[in-house]
Amino acid sequence: MKKKEEQPSSGSKIIETLIRIQKDFGYLPEEKLKEVATLFGVPESQIWGVATFYNVFRLKPKGKTHIKICMGTACHLSGGERVLEAAERELKITVGDTTPDLRFSLERVACIGCCMLAPVVVVDGKVYPRMSPLKFEELLIGLGEKGSD
Amino acid sequence: MRFEKIKREAERYVKDLSLRTHILVGTPTCGKAAGADEVVRELSSELKRRGIEIPVLEVGCMGLCFAEPLVLIFKPGSFNVVYRNVDSSSVRRLVEGYIEGDDPCLELALGTIEFDEEGAPIIPELKRFEFEKRILLRRCGIVDPTNIMHYIGVGGYSALEKTLHLPREMVIDEIKKSELRGRGGAGFPTGIKWEECAKMQDEPKYVICNADEGDPGAFMDRIILESDPHQMLEGMIIAGYAVNANEGFIYVRAEYQRALEMVRRAKDDAERLGILGKSVMGTEFSFNIQVIEGAGAFVAGEETGLIFAIEGKRSEPRFRPPYPSERGLFGKPTLVDNVKTFSYVPWIIENGWEKFYSIGTEKSKGTAIFTLAGKVKEPGLTEVPMGVTLNTLVYEVAGGPREGKRIKAIQIGGPSGGCIPSSLFHLPVDYDAFLSSGSMMGSGGMIFMDEDDCVVDMARFFLDFIQKESCGKCTMCRIGTLQLFYLLDKITKGEAETQDLTKLKELAEDVKIGSLCGLGRSAPNPILTTLRYFYDEYVAHVEEKKCPALVCKSLIAYFIIPEKCDRACEHCKLTCPVEAVGGNKGEPKYIIQEKCVKCGTCLNVCPPEYSAVIKVSPIKKLKELEIQNYRKE
Ligand SMILES: Cc1cc2nc3c(=O)[nH]c(=O)nc-3n(C[C@H](O)[C@H](O)[C@H](O)COP(=O)(O)O)c2cc1C
Ligand code: FES
Repeated sequence: MKKKEEQPSSGSKIIETLIRIQKDFGYLPEEKLKEVATLFGVPESQIWGVATFYNVFRLKPKGKTHIKICMGTACHLSGGERVLEAAERELKITVGDTTPDLRFSLERVACIGCCMLAPVVVVDGKVYPRMSPLKFEELLIGLGEKGSD
Repeated sequence: MRFEKIKREAERYVKDLSLRTHILVGTPTCGKAAGADEVVRELSSELKRRGIEIPVLEVGCMGLCFAEPLVLIFKPGSFNVVYRNVDSSSVRRLVEGYIEGDDPCLELALGTIEFDEEGAPIIPELKRFEFEKRILLRRCGIVDPTNIMHYIGVGGYSALEKTLHLPREMVIDEIKKSELRGRGGAGFPTGIKWEECAKMQDEPKYVICNADEGDPGAFMDRIILESDPHQMLEGMIIAGYAVNANEGFIYVRAEYQRALEMVRRAKDDAERLGILGKSVMGTEFSFNIQVIEGAGAFVAGEETGLIFAIEGKRSEPRFRPPYPSERGLFGKPTLVDNVKTFSYVPWIIENGWEKFYSIGTEKSKGTAIFTLAGKVKEPGLTEVPMGVTLNTLVYEVAGGPREGKRIKAIQIGGPSGGCIPSSLFHLPVDYDAFLSSGSMMGSGGMIFMDEDDCVVDMARFFLDFIQKESCGKCTMCRIGTLQLFYLLDKITKGEAETQDLTKLKELAEDVKIGSLCGLGRSAPNPILTTLRYFYDEYVAHVEEKKCPALVCKSLIAYFIIPEKCDRACEHCKLTCPVEAVGGNKGEPKYIIQEKCVKCGTCLNVCPPEYSAVIKVSPIKKLKELEIQNYRKE
């Protein structure tokens, strides 16, 4: 077992595989974690250890629209926290969760490298610069309209 | 021989391009966020509509992020002009004015573009270029990162070709003599690390490029990879040759999707041209690279943590020695260097160590790259010779403070760095000078803080981050940083007592000494530097329950000055998300404190000519204000 894990070709692929699964499913379903453990011949606990350690992995399904609020230094100093609070208030969920109708999920990230446009919000990969609680509300209204048709 | 041919073809491509009118649009992540994609679309359709066929290239970031989206128009025989904050209406104007006609539309321009002897762009109209010296950034924003021929055509991969004909020792010697120091944070001499790794007999060996860039507030690695990925790749292949490794890994953080895309593409293109893979450029040396998408963990940037991450495990750092150069990835000798460190290598090989050595200060050679964010007029990215003072960076390069404000400190190097107060802005950019201030060069992410930023809140923010990111392996870091966070939280909430400040300092010092890896050891830096330079702000929080910068939520309240709420315009009332603004139509508004969530919307929407909304601290001042204003009525 130990030997296998030390193999360059397999070891480095565990995280890669988990990332791929997450890209397909939007999260890491429990039975998939079992499959990965079997695939790489490592204890299931190791896969769980990895899946819970890193920030990008989600163990719950995510919403159709994925909102990330930057909580990096520059964004924090320019009011990121107030944007996050607005998001929680408007979506009626806490950060890390998904709305019950599975339309929105809310996450925090630590700096996406667009600090000069702080505070920023990322919606499905698109960066929205210079946000404020008010602009976030407007953004959400825009997204809601798009999502409902 | 074969590379010669590719090179000739690439040079022809660049020559042809330079003879034609062509347009560059900066579409890095920051440019896109500012609207660069729309500019490209608009530009293409406008050109098409007018039947004009000229190349439009999407390029990376020039570091002038404050002016994005940027458009550069190159026109043979005329000025080359760079335009700022371009939008769809200016696109039409530019095509009509300067592409079809001869009007350079100077009212939209940021400046003209010239090139120095290194081929680095200079915009003489911008003061910052008097102080900049671009080595790593010299191609950023002016070459097409998706086109390997563009890179080769301006001299790329020539250093690799040269290297492959040199003995390994000579390559290492060159790097050693240049006195290049690692740019990932600690500043360890790169040549010495290479030499140690090269000496190891064990095989195989690995080379890892650390592109995790976990420091919040730093984005130079992202910009380099998005704008000029081949430069790093070339340096990495040279390193592989020098230490005799055949396998490399590039670990890029997950948030950097565009950087990943660019690196993957660069790698594929290099393989296609025989520059990477089996028998590099037809020699006996083979080098394969795998690009790895990170999974997000700050400790994964620490080199031993990074190695575990690549092995597919939790990135919990381990005690060193043994160093990775002795026992690293899969237990084999491994060279770990930062994106910038590798990127300097081709230039040093090409120009010789003396040239690099001649730039900078006695112990810090070459240039330094900083990201400039926060409360300045011209945020972005810059490259300056080591030794330039912080004053120069703040007031000349970054454009100085915003209207009517005063820069009070620079937060540098993320959680590992610290806060440098304005009284020390005479310090030069230099590893040792920064250390003497209790801070650290770190990765080079600079955040400028002005009077509206609270240093205690900032320290709390970093400890919150660190305590969440601690891998939890060692007690001092796991529990120590959490306790530090609690103390800071208490202070910012106005619940602390004077003796808590002593506790804070003592515990910070203990965590610094007692932690296993650099994460815990540097975590107290934001606390220790702010305690040292801004002690009175801590005291104000503790003793007066007051946040002097009006930031800490528990210590501030919003107030509407009735006599200034002259027009009674309802903006605040209509936008308040929690209906915390009272007052009838046509009458001055007031804030219902019990409902207020302190989001600041009322203050933001109050027309500047009234400025009726203010923040007050300590909260007890509210009573005085209310009584005062009540009496007047
Ligand atoms: C907590 C922690 C996080 C780090 N994160 C990074 C990082 O994101 N990128 C990086 O290049 N180095 C990072 N480092 C430094 C690396 O451990 C290592 O020193 C560096 O990759 C060596 O490369 P260099 O010699 O080229 O600087 C980090 C160190 C610590 C302690
Ligand atoms: S801090 Fe938010 S993008 Fe860097």
